[in-house]
Amino acid sequence: MAIKAATPVIPANQVPKLNYLTNGYTLKSWLLTTDHKRIAILYLISVSAFFFLGGFFAMLIRLELLTPEGDLMQADTYNKVFTMHGIVMVFFFLIPVVPAILGNFVLPLMVGAKDLAFPRINLLSWYLYIAAGVLFLHCMLSGGVDTGWTFYTPYSTAASNTNVIEAGLAIFIAGFSSIFTGLNFIVTVHRMRAPGLTWSRLPLFIWSTYATSLVMILGTPVIAITMVLVVAERLLHLGIFDPNLGGDPVLFQHLFWFYSHPAVYIMILPSMGVISEIVPCFARKRVFGYKFVALSSVAIAVFGFLVWAHHLFVAGISLYAALIFSFLSFVVAVPSAIKVFNWTATLYKGSITYATPMLYAFGFIGLFTIGGLTGIMLATIGVDVHVTDTYFVIAHFHYVMVGGVLMGYLGGLHFWWPKITGRMYPEGWAKLSALFVFVGFNLTFFPQFILGYLGMPRRYWQYPPEFQVLNVLSTAGASILAVGYLLPMIYLLWSLRYGPLAGDNPWGAAGLEWKTASPPPTFNFDETPVVTWEAYNYDEIPEPKELEAPVAR
Amino acid sequence: MASQVDAVYIYLLLVSGAMTALIFIAVAVLSIKYRRQPGREAVQIEGSTILEVSWSIIPFFVMVTFFIWGAVIFFKERTPPADATEVYVVAKQWMWKVEHMEGQREINELHVPTGQDIKLIMTSQDVIHSFFIPAFRLKQDVLPGRYTTLWFKATKPGHYHLFCAEYCGTMHSGMGGDIVVMEPQDYALWAAGGASAPLQETGMELFAAFGCSTCHRSDAQGRGPNLQGLYNSRVPLEDGRTVTADDNYVRESILDPTAKIVKGYMPVMPTFQGIVSDDQLNALVAYVKSLSQPPTGTAGLQNEPVASPAQPQNVQVQ
Repeated sequence: MAIKAATPVIPANQVPKLNYLTNGYTLKSWLLTTDHKRIAILYLISVSAFFFLGGFFAMLIRLELLTPEGDLMQADTYNKVFTMHGIVMVFFFLIPVVPAILGNFVLPLMVGAKDLAFPRINLLSWYLYIAAGVLFLHCMLSGGVDTGWTFYTPYSTAASNTNVIEAGLAIFIAGFSSIFTGLNFIVTVHRMRAPGLTWSRLPLFIWSTYATSLVMILGTPVIAITMVLVVAERLLHLGIFDPNLGGDPVLFQHLFWFYSHPAVYIMILPSMGVISEIVPCFARKRVFGYKFVALSSVAIAVFGFLVWAHHLFVAGISLYAALIFSFLSFVVAVPSAIKVFNWTATLYKGSITYATPMLYAFGFIGLFTIGGLTGIMLATIGVDVHVTDTYFVIAHFHYVMVGGVLMGYLGGLHFWWPKITGRMYPEGWAKLSALFVFVGFNLTFFPQFILGYLGMPRRYWQYPPEFQVLNVLSTAGASILAVGYLLPMIYLLWSLRYGPLAGDNPWGAAGLEWKTASPPPTFNFDETPVVTWEAYNYDEIPEPKELEAPVAR
Repeated sequence: MASQVDAVYIYLLLVSGAMTALIFIAVAVLSIKYRRQPGREAVQIEGSTILEVSWSIIPFFVMVTFFIWGAVIFFKERTPPADATEVYVVAKQWMWKVEHMEGQREINELHVPTGQDIKLIMTSQDVIHSFFIPAFRLKQDVLPGRYTTLWFKATKPGHYHLFCAEYCGTMHSGMGGDIVVMEPQDYALWAAGGASAPLQETGMELFAAFGCSTCHRSDAQGRGPNLQGLYNSRVPLEDGRTVTADDNYVRESILDPTAKIVKGYMPVMPTFQGIVSDDQLNALVAYVKSLSQPPTGTAGLQNEPVASPAQPQNVQVQ
């Protein structure tokens, strides 16, 4: 299989002299910027740092689980490591990654606006994120926290003697970062669309980011106040969650999952939006069933709020409540299935090329399908009773979170990299790392489905020896996966200096963001674009000549 | 039960496997067949409402079959037979304490005979734990401050893993044990050895020792309600509600007596929160329960509380 970098060559004189990157080189011009593109870069740097921190914790977990005995670290250390892996990855990586990096960069461009509606609030969001991150780093360095990222009471309020308060406050602050981002996106989409860009002409990434923003502003206050209650209970012994003080520990689980289940959709919806951009572009087709894909995002956001108690089937809720939440969990699967079917149907009679973003899109569709279908197994209560709190659940949500969100993010990052930096990444290396990610991911997490059904509980520091073989496979997969994640960091940085210049629209993609320079000027467009076409009008856009026909396999 | 869970799981695997294969093959075939070729352009297709509706409705109805099957199993799992043998389980960081009605106590082990319905009545002394027997495909969270139940009927003798499945602190992964399933005759031998007094007898002694019997008399003259026949009956409350006197009700009435005042009585009972341990509570609940069962020949218990406040120092309270 020959892998050849598909790189258009653009003469240097086509590079815009003044763009958002060259508009000031001082630290102050970055740290006090209100340019959504620069803020996206700030997020890119800080969120990536947290990703590698969370990944480091993941490697420690996998190394400990290489042997059945707890031999690499103490039990308490292990409990802190998986807790911090979860908190870092969920609150500091998965939730902000696509909206705050890719959304921040391309959303105003896609709607033809000069910036987001509230540029200063956008900067404030980033500072809140950093404040939360610094507070959590302090929490980690001052001993860490060992409650699991789920903070279940009364363990977190009465039993744990670790730094729960700082961790809770960090999540509280990070929550406001996400609320402000969501607010900014909603107002921008409502008020700042270019003339002619009606709702039915919006790119699907806008639809999904819009739906995400609704969940952000409606759900996040609940986790914020829940964290405040945990902190208050720990400090003042209020008796909200602790049964010894007259509280109800299951109440915490309801409040926590009322946000944290919709939060799963905060993570996955933007990535679904990315896939809805990539697939039409590399199939040279308008997306199949635009209206259904767009509305399914809204349906997911709405139904996502009605399924939280499916995390509580064995927690002591009533039989009938469990039945209702089980049924609703099947309902929420329908709009997700609609998306997968439509992406697949978009390929039909297309003219398909296999650039790296498209490979990630294929990976997303496959892995999200497995993640979604195992979610359906978990919604089946009789099965959930057995596999909940086991590695089956771990595997399921990593298929959705890592196989889904991260695949979508990496696909989107490669897709918009020429727009963000003005340069192409090395296609061969990118394809190789996509392969590493796909193989490593499946080897890491597929064995965990089997482990879970065999009964290995989650959050175990030591385990019966019969589970070892599958754990060794999983750890081996994790090392391949790690290479797949480190490679892009190296070649993307390399491409900043040595990558071939991209030109305005290297993919021949539809969407307003490709109608301005790469990198875009500070205010995005020299004159406000007027939209007279439907989204994904690929019949009107010539295919980029430079892209080579794929080598048949 | 395990085989029923496996059956629905296999059904799910088959349907999901077919679904995954369909998507994978469709993506692979379409992306190769319609790869970019010179002289051929993509055909723009708007969409198809018929297709959209069918790939929404058909999966939905398939999923309804998942829902119904899963719900039926769950319903069985949550509905213990009325005559199941009851066993009390107390969880604490990081061990399982088991108390059989006949008086045997175990730690991190649960001996049960084959062919008999066993109902576990579980509570926790500290944080939330979860009683998980993978071989039986069963799991139930164990909560502080209330009872949850789990029932099963073991069919094959052997040792099975018991895990704690809800993260509970440092030695969460060490909070396991064995479910020992024995042939009924072996179980009878095991049960005969090393038993202390039956649980309800301990409860009866505690009932006297804590002075409960002064108010909760077996005639209608006490300051508190007569507890004969109370268990599982419908109790009218002072605030107009009617509740069922289940395990949790009895437990709550001991720990927080004013929470649910029985119609016609005064809120005069003091709380026993912090005075009785979880083990003692279980014994008291078992005793109150025994007041509602017809005396059986084998148990041979006198269901009459010791009427006089017996001297507490004579009672062996563990």
